[in-house]
Amino acid sequence: MMRPSSTLLVGVVKLLVGAYARWIGTTPGTRQRIYFANHTSHIDTLAIWSALPRSLRSRTRPVAARDYWGSGLRRYIATRALGAVLIDRSHQDPSVDPLDPLREALRQGDSLIIFPEGTRGTHAIPARFRTGLYKLAGEFLSVELIPVYLDNLHRALPKGTNLPVPMVCTVRFGAPLKRLDSEVRDEFLERARNAVIALSDASPGT
Amino acid sequence: MIEHLEQVPHQFYWLFGSLLLLLTVSSLVGAWLRGRPADEKKVASRANLVARINSWWAMVAILAVAFLAGSTVTLVLFALASFFALREFVTLTPSRPGDRLPLSLSFFVVLPLQFVLIGLERYGLFVVFIPVWAFLLLPSIAAMRSDVEDFLSRSAKQQWGLMVTVYALSHAPALLMLPLPGGPGRGALLLFYLLLVVQMSDVMQYVFGKLLGKTKIAPVVSPSKTVEGFVGGGIAAVLIGAAMWWITPFTPLQSAAMSAVIVIMGFFGGLTLSAVKRSLGAKDWGVMIEGHGGMLDRTDSICFAAPVFFHVVRFFFT
Repeated sequence: MMRPSSTLLVGVVKLLVGAYARWIGTTPGTRQRIYFANHTSHIDTLAIWSALPRSLRSRTRPVAARDYWGSGLRRYIATRALGAVLIDRSHQDPSVDPLDPLREALRQGDSLIIFPEGTRGTHAIPARFRTGLYKLAGEFLSVELIPVYLDNLHRALPKGTNLPVPMVCTVRFGAPLKRLDSEVRDEFLERARNAVIALSDASPGT
Repeated sequence: MIEHLEQVPHQFYWLFGSLLLLLTVSSLVGAWLRGRPADEKKVASRANLVARINSWWAMVAILAVAFLAGSTVTLVLFALASFFALREFVTLTPSRPGDRLPLSLSFFVVLPLQFVLIGLERYGLFVVFIPVWAFLLLPSIAAMRSDVEDFLSRSAKQQWGLMVTVYALSHAPALLMLPLPGGPGRGALLLFYLLLVVQMSDVMQYVFGKLLGKTKIAPVVSPSKTVEGFVGGGIAAVLIGAAMWWITPFTPLQSAAMSAVIVIMGFFGGLTLSAVKRSLGAKDWGVMIEGHGGMLDRTDSICFAAPVFFHVVRFFFT
């Protein structure tokens, strides 16, 4: 499953931003997971993917917006090198649920990388989370929900520029988010967001 | 390739032969020690010893490949080290949107060109490229963005980063372009000499500091540096350097003096960059090498020793 193009891609990402993994609340494992992270840069997806051990990458699929990653070279990178699941953000057809491709990937046993803010922010702290994570969490109870915090990428390649500045970035994996029966949607999403924020202050040490 | 190998001086093979022997013996001793029963503290320090021996194996292997494959590979390796060191410096330095273009140019234009100039043996441009051209042009580009907030401090920090991580460090492989007596291949041996004395000085200062260290030299800047460690380790490194005179153009006495220059400048490098690092609010430059901090934590001594060693050699021996 590992292709030369993805090996090259991981090399470039590591050269530019390091993407050093810090397993703070969990360890790398083959259990099916949804990794959810803050989103500030086009490198985010690649950084998390590169930080995972090589053996887990082929079964871990980033979720990417079709309007950005759906054509040309970007499409090649997303679908051929990363095996990304493309998602439709435009909601043109109300009868189609944009989450369906994600459900399909989860049913196949793949892990997912998602950015619940839905779009890139400009700050170190993530904005409000959208509902997709809540729905998937309720439908796939056996899938672990892993909060991930990416530091410095809003400085390496922020929104509004195509000029990267190499910067050391750590990818911090937190403890799996518990599911609470009594919780309503907004409480769950806020708790998930806080789990990501909590990692922003975590010691970057080994 | 064959033609290139004929230029490798015979001292090179003696040197690597002895290093391989020394490392093999060290590894065997390490393996023997690990097999012996001991308390927890001893196990930890023995593991540390084995880890150090292994990193020496890696260093010697990389150097052997670089030397046998020629100067291009050596230059690429040092350019990569520069890249990682600059990346750490920039990560710890605050910047504003107006700095993006000059920073990007530093990484992708200035840094590669500095090493290309060494490869082309353009000494005249090599010595002024960063202190003159980059120094004047990069802040000019930033100034066009009309963002005056902390402008002097931002430009100064970026220039500092370039000077230390690219300009200073590039003087180590620049030894390859010196027209030394004895023909080509001599520069490579001199580069190895520099790295060996710097490394020995670091290791010996660590060992002497652990054994005898009492009087701290600069407790705030670098708590691990002691007078006893510096003097004991420094003398040991000078003796080792003097004993290596046969791979250099120096007499044994000159070699001792050269090693002393390297030891003293290396010491200043560690101290000064530690002060810079702490003024930026960090304990380690980075997280690149597990348990060893970042690239700059490993190369701080070389950054300060290389330019001075280069110019002393150039002045007296070419």
